[in-house]
Amino acid sequence: MTAKVRVATTSLAGCFGCHMSFLDIDERILPLLERVTLDRSPLTDQKHAGPCAVGLVEGGVCNEDNLHVLREFRAQCQVLVAVGACAINGGLPAQRNHFEVGDLLRRVYTEEPGLTRRVVPDDPELPLLFDKVRPLHELVKVDYFIPGCPPPAEAFWAFLSDLLDGKEPRLPKGAIRYD
Amino acid sequence: MSSFTLDGADVAFTEGQTIIEAARVAGRFIPSLCAHPEFPAHGSCRVCTVLVNGRPMSSCTTKASEGQVVESNTAALNRDRQALVQMLFVEGNHFCPGCEKSGACTLQSLGKELGVTSAGFAHESPTRPVDASHPDILLDFNRCILCELCVRASADVDHKDVFALSGRGLHKHLIVNAESGRLADTGMSLEDKAMTVCPVGVILKKRQGFSTPIGARRDDVQTPRQRLEAGRKP
Repeated sequence: MTAKVRVATTSLAGCFGCHMSFLDIDERILPLLERVTLDRSPLTDQKHAGPCAVGLVEGGVCNEDNLHVLREFRAQCQVLVAVGACAINGGLPAQRNHFEVGDLLRRVYTEEPGLTRRVVPDDPELPLLFDKVRPLHELVKVDYFIPGCPPPAEAFWAFLSDLLDGKEPRLPKGAIRYD
Repeated sequence: MSSFTLDGADVAFTEGQTIIEAARVAGRFIPSLCAHPEFPAHGSCRVCTVLVNGRPMSSCTTKASEGQVVESNTAALNRDRQALVQMLFVEGNHFCPGCEKSGACTLQSLGKELGVTSAGFAHESPTRPVDASHPDILLDFNRCILCELCVRASADVDHKDVFALSGRGLHKHLIVNAESGRLADTGMSLEDKAMTVCPVGVILKKRQGFSTPIGARRDDVQTPRQRLEAGRKP
């Protein structure tokens, strides 16, 4: 029996919708898990990625923690894959890019009606927000992209099957979606 | 009838037809973006560039002639087309999941046709406020690719001259011809030709929204290539 391939997954400024779509491969997850060991992933709750063959990253980069995790994935994963609209172009979180981040925080945390405490959160535990939400390829080298919001389960399946078979991954035409 | 070859297949043409016009009639797909069948060719996006006897020419502006050898589906041309589409994506703010035009957008369908999976370049992220002043029509300038089809439709067909391009280079942008700059202060109406020509999601009819769900829209059902090839004569 050949050794299992280690795969890590994470969500940065994403909604975990891509992970949910990944799980939509349904029972095919069983044969997949015969060939793959999950490293850091919401499914394992492991906090740091070890050396992996493949890293799937959902979501864009909106704060310093996102960047830290992205760099860890890049360092640990031989093949880094940007998964979904947010990882590829910033997606929904990037809609804030046209506003000044300080203004936004003030508006949301001090001016919105119905707030009991009017203060911008500044706990040192909170990661610093960046002025812009950036897609992954603008910050690290990305090897492959699986677009979609979310990408269809078929795209995950086709991509990983090709990769595990040692083939150049290719998304079937119908599996390339931007919405 | 005169003919040329397109990727090895014979394509008949009538005098005066361009290469892309003759190809369309024959049900042969050449990727294109700004070429609209009802308007004279603009030749600005260069997506429809083909090799004519080995030389790159835009197929929407080049007249068909007897015996031409035309190549369209080559790896190098498709790579150039991918890069053109990627540059258009990063120059604007194209967020397909939130766009009413998703699934019926020429730019999006072209990207998918060419197998584009990423923006490739760094995003310009220009700031372009929308114009929601008109009671029936929304303008979302974030998606404009400067094809000028609305400018020409409004001037030449509607005779209203509602749109224009202003600025140069990266600062070039679509504007509304009114002293206020607002669409509400023009004669634009839902019946205008300019309402129907936008290849992307700039000119939208209000209160239409997501009445057709994502996945069931024009190009979701049949891609532009499939639509054209369905009409091909055996």
